[in-house]
Amino acid sequence: MPEKTMRDAINEALHQAMEQDESVFVIGEDVAGCSGSAGDVGAVGGVFGVTEGIYHRWPDRCIDTPISESAIVGAAAGAALVGMRPVAEIMFADFIGVCMDQIVNQMAKFRYMFGGKSRCPAVIRFSSGGGFSAAGQHSQAMYQVMTSFPGLKVVVPSNAYDAKGLMLTAIQDDDPVLFFEPKILYQETADVPDEMYTIPFGEANFVREGDDVTVVAFGQMVPKAAAVIDALAEEGISCDLIDPRTTSPLDENAILESVEATGRLVIVDEAPPRCGLTADIAGLAADRAFSSLKAPIKQVCAPHSPTPFSPELEAAYLPDADKITAAIKATLA
Amino acid sequence: MSIPKETLLHAYRTMKTIREFEERVNAEIMNGQIPGFTHLYTGQEANAVGVCAHLDESDTIISTHRGHGHCIAKGAEVSGMMKELFGSSEGLCKGKGGSMHVADIDKGILGANGIVAGGPPISVGSALAAKIRKNGKVAVSFSGDGSVNQGTCFEAMNMAVVLQAPAIFVIENNYYSEHTSINYAVGCDDLKARTEAFGFPVFVADGADFFAVYEAAGKAIAHARAGNGPAGVFAEQGRYHGHFVGDPQAYRAEGELEDLRENHCPLKIFRAKMAESGELSDAELDAIDAEVMAEIEQSVTDAKAAARPTADQVTEDVYIQYTATA
Ligand SMILES: Cc1ncc(C[n+]2csc(CCOP(=O)(O)OP(=O)(O)O)c2C)c(N)n1
Ligand SMILES: [Mg+2]
Repeated sequence: MPEKTMRDAINEALHQAMEQDESVFVIGEDVAGCSGSAGDVGAVGGVFGVTEGIYHRWPDRCIDTPISESAIVGAAAGAALVGMRPVAEIMFADFIGVCMDQIVNQMAKFRYMFGGKSRCPAVIRFSSGGGFSAAGQHSQAMYQVMTSFPGLKVVVPSNAYDAKGLMLTAIQDDDPVLFFEPKILYQETADVPDEMYTIPFGEANFVREGDDVTVVAFGQMVPKAAAVIDALAEEGISCDLIDPRTTSPLDENAILESVEATGRLVIVDEAPPRCGLTADIAGLAADRAFSSLKAPIKQVCAPHSPTPFSPELEAAYLPDADKITAAIKATLA
Repeated sequence: MSIPKETLLHAYRTMKTIREFEERVNAEIMNGQIPGFTHLYTGQEANAVGVCAHLDESDTIISTHRGHGHCIAKGAEVSGMMKELFGSSEGLCKGKGGSMHVADIDKGILGANGIVAGGPPISVGSALAAKIRKNGKVAVSFSGDGSVNQGTCFEAMNMAVVLQAPAIFVIENNYYSEHTSINYAVGCDDLKARTEAFGFPVFVADGADFFAVYEAAGKAIAHARAGNGPAGVFAEQGRYHGHFVGDPQAYRAEGELEDLRENHCPLKIFRAKMAESGELSDAELDAIDAEVMAEIEQSVTDAKAAARPTADQVTEDVYIQYTATA
């Protein structure tokens, strides 16, 4: 199977979806690039290159916009309400701050408020997460916040293979989907089939299988946790590593069944702790698998602080191998 | 218009400082010394300096992601800025903010800003405070040609008129927002007219010419200080670098950059005008050049030697006070 980066895998999914369905279009800032200039219109394909080449094949369906995040999301929501399948790009997940109303008060609630009579098959893509010294307004995960809103589906791929299959599912899905691409993983490669395939929402991936501890991780924390678990295997500690892949819907059964088997749970996410996914899943296990637990649940996440700029500070801020290792060992102490 | 010699010397020194700061930052990014996302102001120096020449420390500015020039023009300490960009705990923001968040509240610098058009509404708040306090202060926000298409910018402009707040909206048209041309992203043909339609006067200047910006900004700021509500400055001048370091700049026309550097250089234009009027001599300006070069060199030396932040500092400064009060 050919190796592809996560960036290329998502790009391929977009191309294939556009080929297959004329109602799919991409929209956002510089998704084509150089519009209106004397230079090479279409040369950019998104600042991370995820929409590369789409303009050259479908100039009418690759739409550059002004810097207007509310209008971008609103336009995607509106086009979806009348039957299109837009894939909008919001360059950084942090910019949800600019377009929050269109996402949470508008697209998330149409179907419910309209008594089940509408469909809003829009996908909004975001680059997300830390690791670039990009500081407080370009580093946030944000998917944990958006997971709390009923009506939205929330996807967080951790590798190129999943990213392609999940993107194709997202585009075919009839509900609004927020698709968070951990930007630190764009250049990471995996085996990715050339043909189209889908990965169902709400179905976790068991990245590692083991008996002693259940580890649940999200996005860029999945490869970090996998490396820790491989190292611990040498010490005779074996862990399940669960990547939920979608935080809404969440594969609760996969997590609960694993916790029932291991009796120990560590949850790893890059976002700050309050009202986040680690607390959410700790709550799930405490509620539904309490009698199986042999040790306190451990949450590994960022502190209750914005993301700092300086590389030393950001390294201390984000969960790392040491913190994940310590948490796993603490459940075994 | 006659400008005091002190002002002229300061203006040239500040423009040169911005130029050399940016060029050095560019080099240090290439060397891998400066992390994160950095946007350079090279070429646009006259905008920031022409505007800030009319401000004192208690007037405020709020800047953008392309903020170094505005901050230097408003008096931010160069060495503290360089340390910040290097991520030192001795930086102006203790290494917490970096390039996109340089701020110095004591100097009336309410911050560079990583959110396009995050600034204008905040600036209206500063202007409103000046109006309530009747202290004659003004609040300046800088916006790019892309930034003005954001809803927050429209809201701020309209509300400043409604509140008759002494807010100055400086629109810097450098022709592009990232890779997108203003010809595409601003739907109407006349951004100045669109801005004036909010209900305040907008003064146009050649953004490569300090004297033109100085004059236009002078009118706008006098208008606001006199209690007549907001005003705008519209200055056109291209940036010399890409949107970010490493930008392939596929949007440029052939010869565009060469023309900018050759025929639209604020420093060259300033020197030519001084040579013509005889107000400042080449020797005086050369001496400033040498001092600025030395200052920038020193700031880099200091930044490289400055203290690095430690893990315990991550959670400092999130709040002033966070435990329950008794
Ligand atoms: C809300 C928001 N949207 C998008 C971006 C990404 N971005 C950073 S700078 C920029 C272009 C800004 O263009 P302009 O206002 O003309 O300023 P210039 O870069 O030309 O100085 C964009 C789109 C951002 N930082 N914030
Ligand atoms: Mg611009």
